Amino acid sequence: MRHDHVLSTKQFSRSEIEAVLDRAAEIDADPGSVADRHAGTLLGLLFFEPSTRTKMSFEAAIKRLGGEVVDIGPVGASSVEKGETLADTVRVVEGYADALVLRHPSEGAARMASEFVSVPVLNAGDGAGQHPTQTLLDLYTIRERVGLTDITIGIMGDLKYGRTVHSLAEALTRFDVSQHFISPESLSLPTNVRYDLHESGAQVREHTELDAVLPELDVLYVTRIQRERFPDENEYRAVAGEFGIDRNTLAAANEDLAVMHPLPRVDEVAPDLDSTPHARYFEQAHNGVPVRMALLDTLLS
Amino acid sequence: MSQDDDHQLRVSKIRDGTVIDHVTAGRALTVLAILDIDGSGDETVSVAMNVPSGETGRKDIVKVEGRELNQDEVDVLSLIAPEATINIVREYEVVEKSRVDRPEVVLGVLSCPNRNCISAGAEPIESRFSVLTDGVRCAYCETIIRAELAEHIDVG
Ligand SMILES: Nc1ncnc2c1ncn2[C@@H]1O[C@H](COP(=O)(O)OP(=O)(O)O)[C@@H](O)[C@H]1O
Ligand SMILES: [Zn+2]
Repeated sequence: MRHDHVLSTKQFSRSEIEAVLDRAAEIDADPGSVADRHAGTLLGLLFFEPSTRTKMSFEAAIKRLGGEVVDIGPVGASSVEKGETLADTVRVVEGYADALVLRHPSEGAARMASEFVSVPVLNAGDGAGQHPTQTLLDLYTIRERVGLTDITIGIMGDLKYGRTVHSLAEALTRFDVSQHFISPESLSLPTNVRYDLHESGAQVREHTELDAVLPELDVLYVTRIQRERFPDENEYRAVAGEFGIDRNTLAAANEDLAVMHPLPRVDEVAPDLDSTPHARYFEQAHNGVPVRMALLDTLLS
Repeated sequence: MSQDDDHQLRVSKIRDGTVIDHVTAGRALTVLAILDIDGSGDETVSVAMNVPSGETGRKDIVKVEGRELNQDEVDVLSLIAPEATINIVREYEVVEKSRVDRPEVVLGVLSCPNRNCISAGAEPIESRFSVLTDGVRCAYCETIIRAELAEHIDVG
């Protein structure tokens, strides 16, 4: 891979994505083969926003490659409260680690960080911007389940602020995938993502109801609609109910439909789906480890 | 200069400096803000606004005495005054005339309208926008500004 940093999925070509997914499959099949490959490597974790999955899976990934982490720790105890700029923090921490994993509430944080350091920066989520490593594990899961050619995917929920959605939609334009976007009007795709989709020649098909497209879908990617996006509780409840799914909702779905979710879910994917063959979200979360191992291996080799 | 222009000239000729002509009417002060000319330097600045102009109806004119603006400095003006022409004046004569060209990137000058953008906070970085055919895009948060760029000019 010719990139030093992983900031946004737009930077990847199809073959670069496929190379990471292939490597992830190899590692998944034989994790022992890479157990000491990065012994002595230190991965710096800078999470300025809470995270369970992303942070733990990066930590698991580097440890399974033989490396270790240095962690800035909970945000409250860190430099942020003392008013240090992110630019200063990353310039200090690059001296402690071989690569930095950054989650930050501001859009563009990872890009800025990458301009100040010479170790690789991995964007683990920047506000309502991008979350490229999540996308790689999403693509891995899609490829395992239904393949990445000639499929139809529905992406539903908070498309405006959902960083996993932005990164996924842009990456999918590299493949032969037809995308449908399902959301309340107020949470539809932001202008910049729309612009990128148009630039890559993708058609943006938008819907305010799932019913219209459900039967065509091979994958339904559900994201959470956050309470704070709505001025009042009632409006939020109404919308959240409309864009959540359960067994009944999926009665009209293709029997091989894979339901995915970046997690954590609240009630947009009902637990009654967990035991159906549609449910792929836990497997998706587990794939975070081999995919991040593959990515780290590629960047650090 | 044509006779007609001479006839309509609202401000006096300058000896050496730069005349920015055909500025979109009403944008002269924004042009000065972009060029960071606020009267605190020693250059003499004259501004004419809403001057009748044959081609475009009305235009603004900015004259900066004692300073020759270079192409990089003026190209950014294309974003708010695409029709502007730059005239370098020496000994009262225009010795060079050029149009503003759209730059590929704009450093500083604009501020990102996204309040959650890393460039909008206290970080030690200059704003940076790439120029699209019909707008500009923040290099950090990727927000696209299409209409009314002038509203996002970072003055002061
Ligand atoms: N677009 C966003 N803007 C701001 N905060 C977000 C955004 N998306 C998720 N968060 C917050 O970031 C935290 C971690 O979310 P997420 O990335 O989904 O979890 P994880 O890292 O555990 O996979 C949560 O507190 C969530 O509310
Ligand atoms: Zn921005």
